[in-house]
Amino acid sequence: MKNIFSLNVISGILNTMIALATPYLYAAIGEVFAQTAGVVNLGVDGIMLLSAFAAFYVALVTGNLWLGLLAAAVVGLLMGLLMSFVSVSLKAEQGVSGIGLYMLGLGLSSLLFKVMIGTVKTIEGFKPVELPLLSAIPFLGPILFRNNILVYAAFLLVPIAWFVLEKTTFGLKVKSVGQNPAAADSLGINVDRIRYVSVCIGAVLAGLAGASLSISLTNLFQDNLTAGMGFIAVALVYFGGWSPVGVLGGALLFSVVNSFQLWMQVLGVNIPSGVAVMLPYLLTIVALCVTVNRVRQPAALNKPFERGES
Amino acid sequence: MSKTAQEVLKRKTGRVEMRNIVKCFPGVRANSQVCFDVDPGEVHALLGENGAGKSTLMRQLYGMYRPDEGEIIIDGVPTSFRSPADAISAGIGMIHQHFMLVPTLTVAQNVALGQASSRGPLLDLKVVTARIIELAEEYGLKVDPEAFVWQLSVGEQQRIEILKALYRGAGLIILDEPTAVLTPQEVEDLFKTFRRMVAEGHSLIFISHKLNEVLAISDRITVLRDGKVIGTRAAKDVSRSELVGMMVGREIKALDPRPREAGVELLRVEDLHAMGDRGMEALCGVSFAVRSGEILGLAGVSGNGQRELDECLAGMRKSSGGKVLYKGRDISHCTLNERVDAGMAYIPEERMRDGAIREFSVQENVFLHDHESPEFRHGIFLDFAKMRSHAEALVHDFAVKTPSLDTPIKNLSGGNIQKLIMARELSRKPGFLVAAQPTRGVDIGASEYIHQRLLEQREAGTGILLVSEDLDEIMGLSDRIAIMYEGRIMGILDRGQASVEQIGFMMAGVEMGEALSAR
Repeated sequence: MKNIFSLNVISGILNTMIALATPYLYAAIGEVFAQTAGVVNLGVDGIMLLSAFAAFYVALVTGNLWLGLLAAAVVGLLMGLLMSFVSVSLKAEQGVSGIGLYMLGLGLSSLLFKVMIGTVKTIEGFKPVELPLLSAIPFLGPILFRNNILVYAAFLLVPIAWFVLEKTTFGLKVKSVGQNPAAADSLGINVDRIRYVSVCIGAVLAGLAGASLSISLTNLFQDNLTAGMGFIAVALVYFGGWSPVGVLGGALLFSVVNSFQLWMQVLGVNIPSGVAVMLPYLLTIVALCVTVNRVRQPAALNKPFERGES
Repeated sequence: MSKTAQEVLKRKTGRVEMRNIVKCFPGVRANSQVCFDVDPGEVHALLGENGAGKSTLMRQLYGMYRPDEGEIIIDGVPTSFRSPADAISAGIGMIHQHFMLVPTLTVAQNVALGQASSRGPLLDLKVVTARIIELAEEYGLKVDPEAFVWQLSVGEQQRIEILKALYRGAGLIILDEPTAVLTPQEVEDLFKTFRRMVAEGHSLIFISHKLNEVLAISDRITVLRDGKVIGTRAAKDVSRSELVGMMVGREIKALDPRPREAGVELLRVEDLHAMGDRGMEALCGVSFAVRSGEILGLAGVSGNGQRELDECLAGMRKSSGGKVLYKGRDISHCTLNERVDAGMAYIPEERMRDGAIREFSVQENVFLHDHESPEFRHGIFLDFAKMRSHAEALVHDFAVKTPSLDTPIKNLSGGNIQKLIMARELSRKPGFLVAAQPTRGVDIGASEYIHQRLLEQREAGTGILLVSEDLDEIMGLSDRIAIMYEGRIMGILDRGQASVEQIGFMMAGVEMGEALSAR
């Protein structure tokens, strides 16, 4: 009990936080793109599961982590195309098609795992890369600059996503089809195409989120590996007010609580493990109640677009 | 001529011709063999009632729909537009009735949307802003490129729409009911802009159902009815009554309510306050009274508190201060049901949101309130036979055109839905009626009918508050006219006491004394 708040433990908690935040960042920033364009993709968790499996299997068979990463991205893209086809082209109810996508990913990844691998195996995932000089900074160095490439990339994604959404013509189109698709259409923008692209960007990033779980964070695959992380990622989008920076804040907050409860269990602090595991989720609900700012919500979120309906 | 105007002229669209256009939607022939043309530098008005096919025709010219038959010929070349992008690059712009703006973006971002940027994939808002300022000066359109669209008034938003079209180099601009939401003064400013655009070499298509405006601004007028062209006339040799005849297909009687002595005071509103949806005070101390057998018209540009006032009177919105007295009794805190039972009736502004349930049948919509009345039930069971005969009688009495009583109400036209709502409300023989925008989006025939019914109610001694943005309607029906601006009553005038212009000034916030001495 006495050493809970020692510098070492705090450093450990923060280091775990950075690693834990990685899949959430990929998945939630991806979902920011889809939702900013007006499509709620609730299938993120399913995409993560299937991609996590694909990355793990390819890495296991070929021994090449980069091929595993590529496989995850391709699976993400295919799932994204499926989601867009159903919800954009066929104009199905987005919530239901997203849940369907989730069930597909959950079931298919379990089945393929049983058929193709069978038992839980581990691989050697991406190794930490120490950034010269930066990693030598006392306290912060080991926390921030001794991570693997997927972790660095996840954090770099925040400013990149912000730049794309705020400073490019593509970003402006994405926002306009999410806020007022009829206006975008009247200016000759192909609403369906922008929504396809945005959903697919989101799905590829969800694929990377899955890969970051199976070949960088846990280095294994098992049934329902994500345990609902994709749904938390969707919640983080609301929490972060549809902005990549807000999502970063949410991902860090959620991960630090999660990391804290993990360390408490490791250190043998006497709280029921069920309560500890529940903490981050409880926090998510409370935070969502307090922070959701509906004003920034894309006005056409969840609404299929049909020309001439007003 | 300035440099920018020359640039515009270079891209100016020449003669545009639509030949034998046919466009069908399931169950409707929206355009049938329509021919329409615009000469360079001309204002050509497209006049017709709601549902006559004006917007459908123009959406084909703007590439939103593709014609089933017929040709669109630009400068002698047959053209086929696959999307608005094609129309835009052919020099055609369209300003829609419901503005096509993204409220969460700035003016400059809205203008830049969908346009190629000089910096490739990166936005170049500085260049866009500079060009907006240039165009704004050229055409006398005052705008702030940095402002967010949600901060702007309706008139300002319309200027942004015009700028968007000019920015894209549109030579021909289609304006779909551009004056519907403006005050008379704003309309005058808009017309000044139109004249300036024409002088710079643009041609305009002006869609409207307002005769005065069409006659004031157009060179030629084409009238559409039931998807067909009834005729094209030069504005200088056609009369108002001839145009009405062409639009409606028959003569329309002018309204002439006989003056009558108003009775006892029915409704008194004292210093009423209420909050709007955005949390700002929408009613800031409204007071007035309505007597039996009297129509009090409430004029004003929409969004000045009329909707909040209607809802407060109906019991759908809580007031935050003041009193509403009905027959001397304070009903400020009564529920909607208690008010209906006391004899109040309400024809809501948003008829599909507050007046009817889209998916419900005609009969079910008749009984949205009265299904609880002992007359139409046996214990806990509904008396369907009685309900049916009651609904049949109402549909018959109010000449509601519907295929059957079981048709979902969403399949009826706006005019017939409104007649049904009116039938329902009047069947309870109310003592007091709030009629909010009773003829908005309703065709001339049904409007005429609704006006007659309102006058009949007045004869029968009902007190009526008539809320409308249509000044002709207000001035034609009301015994007295109250003008509302920013949650206050600017003044209450007797019928015939003020001109349209004077009321227009008060709608724009000019005090009564000043407005009446203007002129």
